[in-house]
Amino acid sequence: MQKFNKLKSIPAYLPIVNIDTDMIIPKQFLKTIKRTGLGKNLFFEMRYDDLGKEIKEFCLNQSPYNDSKILIAGKNFGCGSSREHAPWALLDFGITCVISSSYADIFYSNCFKNGILPLILEEEKIKELSEYANRKEEISIDLNDEKIFYGNNEFKFDIDPFKKKCLLEGLDDIALSLKKADKIENFENGLKNTKPWIFND
Amino acid sequence: MSTTLYDKIWNDHLVDQQDDGTSLLFVDRHLIHEVTSPQAFEGLRNSNRKVRHPKLTLAVADHNVPTTDRTKGISDQESKIQVDTLEANCKEFGVQLFGMDDKRQGIVHIIGPEQGFTQPGTVIVCGDSHTATHGAFGSLAFGIGTSEVEHVLATQTLVQKKAKNFRINVNGELPLGVTSKDVILQIIGRIGTAGGTGCVIEYAGDLIRSLSVEQRMTICNMTIEGGARAGLISPDQKIFDYLNGKPMSPKGDNWEKALNYWNSLKTDADANFDKEINLNAGEILPMITWGTSPQDVITIDEKVPNPQSEKDEDKKNSIERSLKYMGLKPDMAATDIKIDKVFIGSCTNGRIEDLREAAKILKNKKISSHVNAIVVPGSGLVKEQAEQEGLDKIFVNSGFEWREPGCSMCLAMNADKLKPEERCASTSNRNFEGRQGRGGRTHLVSPGMAAAAAISGNLDDVRKYQN
Repeated sequence: MQKFNKLKSIPAYLPIVNIDTDMIIPKQFLKTIKRTGLGKNLFFEMRYDDLGKEIKEFCLNQSPYNDSKILIAGKNFGCGSSREHAPWALLDFGITCVISSSYADIFYSNCFKNGILPLILEEEKIKELSEYANRKEEISIDLNDEKIFYGNNEFKFDIDPFKKKCLLEGLDDIALSLKKADKIENFENGLKNTKPWIFND
Repeated sequence: MSTTLYDKIWNDHLVDQQDDGTSLLFVDRHLIHEVTSPQAFEGLRNSNRKVRHPKLTLAVADHNVPTTDRTKGISDQESKIQVDTLEANCKEFGVQLFGMDDKRQGIVHIIGPEQGFTQPGTVIVCGDSHTATHGAFGSLAFGIGTSEVEHVLATQTLVQKKAKNFRINVNGELPLGVTSKDVILQIIGRIGTAGGTGCVIEYAGDLIRSLSVEQRMTICNMTIEGGARAGLISPDQKIFDYLNGKPMSPKGDNWEKALNYWNSLKTDADANFDKEINLNAGEILPMITWGTSPQDVITIDEKVPNPQSEKDEDKKNSIERSLKYMGLKPDMAATDIKIDKVFIGSCTNGRIEDLREAAKILKNKKISSHVNAIVVPGSGLVKEQAEQEGLDKIFVNSGFEWREPGCSMCLAMNADKLKPEERCASTSNRNFEGRQGRGGRTHLVSPGMAAAAAISGNLDDVRKYQN
């Protein structure tokens, strides 16, 4: 997984609440057996018309937002389907940080598995940062210091320390868990005695 | 200390816990399907890892499979590659698969319970948000992403943090024609699609206990639409009777031992919940969704909302956007909404009791001439059972098409989809923009309400057709 440390970009702003993962990447693109190549279909139905032409009014089709690495959106972002294709599509488009006041649980955890930082900020802060999107000005994020810088301002954000460490170091979850193989084995041996029907031996 | 059912299952599965609460949870049962597993298997291959417990894993293709004649295979090349990939991966890693020709094939959340793979007190995961369905058995069941699928395949565990406890009590009796689908739609309308975020919901109360196993599955299934990853119900004799004798249920001595444990799976009387709400079942009416979020619910007697009467700017914009997409006018009556299609099926309402409920309404009736309607049984076994009961004939005689099992038009990954601006009364779980096909308009309803809509040609009150 790619590491996340510092990020500087003009943010793109989607002022829509409850953006679901069907909106982020519709089902016709879930037929892939790869993780890559989904960026061109990110927000497909809002981004292209029936003939497949780009809809100019949609912000991610406009410069400079087509190069944004930060997406600011309404609350409950990523609700619905568990599809990891949603963070894969964001990542493939180039977005590595999402800012919202809340996320659906599965999407939130999927982001961290892919080196994307999903920041949770208060609505007021979001309104303030969205002005930078409107004015096409850069904001920057420092994960290590847990800070956002915009204009002459800065503020600190909250993030789970373990998730932060995984993002900063680009840690592979599976390798980390396999370091606990002894504990897993002990647990399984206990299970064979206490709940023999689980393994159905 | 008093604990909830969720606390008990959580504690029983803790392999490891870090100081910050990050925990490693043992996974007893892992279901996989073709859409969210290929990248996970690829990950295993790239890192030279194996599936730790193939016997605790069960695979089925459901999202992409055609629901029409399958003798010619899958014509869509991409769908075919995904289904073939699942087959090859299962063979390579030794995982049991119900193939497309197997009569046990069906929607992953329907076959788990059907086979007795789903059991009380277990942790069950699947790369699919509707895994919550299995919570009806008193298991902790939730959807995961593909990276997590790979993690479970490799380690039989999952990294998790404990969620909050949220209890929803439903007491009283449901009026005639009102079903568990209406109960869950009412709940989502009340708590909103983010109402359960960060929580595990336990459904309790005498109405919940009075529900059949399958009706409970409908409620737990849509827990994710209320934002909670998992919803569960304390298991009782109905659950044990349902599981007794199923192919993968415990047998002999193990059955007795399991039963002993399963009987202990109850929330303590004085356990603490972080959140709690109460509903009176007697006040619930047949529900429909009017908008593009599952929280956009009204009763069939009501009118579509008017954005002008909404003061909150976000909500007002959201209503306007939904009405525009749905092609509806503010304040129009629900029963004035004319429909083009009806879909009965999905992991929410594709089980035998759902088909019986719809067939009861459709018996000796014809569907409206402008409506195109399909029934997609949730599994090959549901289909077989329905045919033995003659339900297929009732559906076909009324004008429905009787299809092969799969996810079908719930998410329209196969050939079954809405055309732009087509309107559907659907027993599925999501009415998102484009969910059933680009530009398609979905109204979520119960199976009985779907049948009523098919006959009337517009959304209608199922109570009109109750015998």
